[in-house]
Amino acid sequence: MPRIIETRQLTPVTKFFRIDAPLIAASARPGQFVMLRVREGGERIPITIADYDREAGTLSLVVQEVGATTKRVCALEAGDEILDVAGPLGGHIDIPPGGHVCGIGGGFGSAALLCLMREFTARGDRTTAILGARSKDLLILADELRPLSHNVEVCTDDGSAGFKGFVTQRLAQIIDGDAPGRPDHVIAIGPMAMMRAVAETTRGPKVKTLVSMDPLMVDGTGMCGGCRVNVGGKAKFACVDGPCFDAHEVDFDVAMRRNKAYVREEKRALDRLACMTNREAR
Amino acid sequence: MPVKRAEKTPMPVRAPQVRAHDFGEVNEGYTVSQAAFEAERCLRCQDPVCVDGCPVNVPIPEFIHAVATGDMAAAAKLLRSSNPLPAICGRVCPQESQCEAECSMTLRFNPVAIGHLERYVADWERTQPPSVEANITRAEKIAVIGAGPSGLVCAGELARHGYPVTIYEALHAPGGVLRYGIPEFRLPKAILDWEIGLLKAMGVEIVCNVIIGKTLTLDDLFNKMGYAAVFIGTGAGLPQFLGISGENLNGVMSANEFLTRINLMRGYEFPEADTPVRVGKRVAVIGAGNTAMDAVRTSLRMGAEEAMIVYRRSDREMSARMEEYHHAIEEGVKFHWLTNPLEVIDDGTGWVAALKCQQMKLGEPDSSGRARPIPIEGSEFVIPVENVVLAIGTTPNPLLTRTTSGLLTNKKGCLVADERTGLTSKSLVFAGGDAVTGAATVILAAGAGKRAAHAIHDALTARG
Ligand SMILES: Cc1cc2nc3c(=O)[nH]c(=O)nc-3n(C[C@H](O)[C@H](O)[C@H](O)COP(=O)(O)OP(=O)(O)OC[C@H]3O[C@@H](n4cnc5c(N)ncnc54)[C@H](O)[C@@H]3O)c2cc1C
Ligand SMILES: Cc1cc2nc3c(=O)[nH]c(=O)nc-3n(C[C@H](O)[C@H](O)[C@H](O)COP(=O)(O)OP(=O)(O)OC[C@H]3O[C@@H](n4cnc5c(N)ncnc54)[C@H](O)[C@@H]3O)c2cc1C
Ligand code: SF4
Ligand code: SF4
Ligand code: FES
Repeated sequence: MPRIIETRQLTPVTKFFRIDAPLIAASARPGQFVMLRVREGGERIPITIADYDREAGTLSLVVQEVGATTKRVCALEAGDEILDVAGPLGGHIDIPPGGHVCGIGGGFGSAALLCLMREFTARGDRTTAILGARSKDLLILADELRPLSHNVEVCTDDGSAGFKGFVTQRLAQIIDGDAPGRPDHVIAIGPMAMMRAVAETTRGPKVKTLVSMDPLMVDGTGMCGGCRVNVGGKAKFACVDGPCFDAHEVDFDVAMRRNKAYVREEKRALDRLACMTNREAR
Repeated sequence: MPVKRAEKTPMPVRAPQVRAHDFGEVNEGYTVSQAAFEAERCLRCQDPVCVDGCPVNVPIPEFIHAVATGDMAAAAKLLRSSNPLPAICGRVCPQESQCEAECSMTLRFNPVAIGHLERYVADWERTQPPSVEANITRAEKIAVIGAGPSGLVCAGELARHGYPVTIYEALHAPGGVLRYGIPEFRLPKAILDWEIGLLKAMGVEIVCNVIIGKTLTLDDLFNKMGYAAVFIGTGAGLPQFLGISGENLNGVMSANEFLTRINLMRGYEFPEADTPVRVGKRVAVIGAGNTAMDAVRTSLRMGAEEAMIVYRRSDREMSARMEEYHHAIEEGVKFHWLTNPLEVIDDGTGWVAALKCQQMKLGEPDSSGRARPIPIEGSEFVIPVENVVLAIGTTPNPLLTRTTSGLLTNKKGCLVADERTGLTSKSLVFAGGDAVTGAATVILAAGAGKRAAHAIHDALTARG
């Protein structure tokens, strides 16, 4: 079982993990994810590979508490083991070198930019990271990303740090020619609503854009079809054909509706976990 | 010679109205006297044609004779000599189209219940202390990809030949379809676990959560890990969809997703287990194979009030095992034959409200040799349902072939492999089971695993 080497609380609901997983670290590429499970009878949940260190044999993951399973993950500390970690799954981000790559991270999505910016900067691309959050204290990984990319832009809804406004507003300015200039490729990773807004922003000016879709998954290996996303009118399996797809081809309406399929059950699981935790505390 | 009873000794089953609401096994198994009685029905033919009907040529008259004389140890040994998964095959083989189809008794009477007797012997075997031990004598390490029946059997045979074997499995638990597909009420997981326990006792190592083609490549297995040969038993797990409108509505899923949520992830224990599955009052399952039958009967057990099969051909073209079909009827499953789904209808909130269908009639045989269904104009009708489960077939998963050079596949994505040895287009890489044949049966997968094990042994021995 992979052991957790280090943890760091990034915000009250977001935690950084470094885990020992040499085989996965050796083959991981930007854009891929792992499936994890933290207890017998537990769910398999997909988590993006934030970064990897092939020499040390470690993976970095960033998990945001949204429901029962992510809460269980975030309760783990250094020294604990994770029951199952399988990966790297999904395809890696494959874009031609030499251009200006702009990665956009919202929420835990910023984490995925770590290995992305490092690899693209290293191979000679010009790189820009735009990070968005509601306010300064919810912003994650800006300092870690600075040494990895040429530009780091911070946007907050309330203006408590960086640009006041949405990442898409700042992106529109850059596309219009503001420094650091129009990107050749945009890669957006974060909440579905943000990724859809990015898709709309880049559609008119025709900037090639990838979004990292996060549908509900069961196996993550192409076996169930639960993760299907409508791309260009065709059903694609996010875990095998994705998770990154051409933003201008994705049907976000269907994707957002499908992600809410189990809201009722998810709430029940969360209430039950809270109830169990209370009982233990007492 | 004593007079033979015309009828098969019936398998005792649990009452349909009870069993349709839990996951306990449907068949209860023969008693000692039922087994002895049924074993006596076998004619011990000079030319036992039943054996030709069995894909692995189980010595049927011999093992049945051993049952008749009460020598269970001999029966078990005979059975195992050709079938490495008797407790499983006795339960899930389509006997009516294999061994029992050929049985001489069929000419005038019911065939001998070969499957039920096979199950009886294997269940007896599990009450005995296991008699295997690790005896690793070979230096060459072998890797097996996929822990379905083909991979498990291949690993077992190789271990018996003294090879150190490691099975790499993508999921968190071994078994393949036997774990995530075939439900507990047909194949108790305890039987699978017992078989896996035997393999481990023989020294087979099973490493879960490793996806070959992702975590490690096929070439890594040779170059980095030093394996001398590889067997690919990755199955045909990629589900197909119909491509009809409304297929992305909430409440529509593949049978693989439905069954995996319930079998592998223990969805029936939600919220004690974390993976939910929402089953509405009415469930339509599209298809009429074993997968469809498992899905439709599982929906009853998950609380559906009405569960139905929707199939565009007739019951004569259905590929499910006869026994499962009869059990499904007893449990109250409804059947819409000659019914083709056209569209899944939205309830206005993104969930399924109904399935729009069209009546069909049968025409001339098509390329599959089965009568081609032809739509009847103006026969559209709507069935109100809350779930639509698609069991219309699966194809091999491309994860491994996409990342491996030099591994040939055919048009359908199946690996190209020699029928006798399982050798693929890559040297010292063998394959078998659904990954080669497309979705087939447990016994064919097991047989292919065994043949490949012998071919691997031959190849490595010849190499010296
Ligand atoms: C390819 C991929 C990569 C991902 N990477 C990360 C990551 O790096 N870090 C991280 O924290 N999360 C990531 N997610 C999302 C994560 O898998 C879900 O948050 C998790 O499955 C929720 O499980 P839960 O039991 O805690 O919450 P649940 O009880 O299942 O859900 C709680 C709430 O979260 C929503 N939700 C559930 N699943 C998802 C999902 N797949 N995507 C978005 N919202 C969801 C539900 O609609 C619900 O409102 C990723 C998802 C995918 C598909
Ligand atoms: C619901 C259902 C009911 C069925 N009922 C019957 C029945 O009654 N009788 C019968 O004879 N047959 C039945 N079948 C068919 C039978 O189960 C299959 O033919 C058989 O399981 C095939 O065995 P296999 O070893 O080829 O593959 P599988 O059982 O599919 O196992 C393949 C394994 O390989 C793993 N894998 C795949 N890719 C990789 C990779 N890249 N790296 C590592 N691991 C990987 C998978 O996770 C899986 O565990 C049924 C099938 C289904 C789905
Ligand atoms: S393995 Fe299957 S086909 Fe062969 S004898 Fe047993 S039940 Fe019949
Ligand atoms: S063909 Fe039938 S009767 Fe003859 S040996 Fe086989 S099982 Fe017995
Ligand atoms: S998660 Fe099951 S196919 Fe993608």
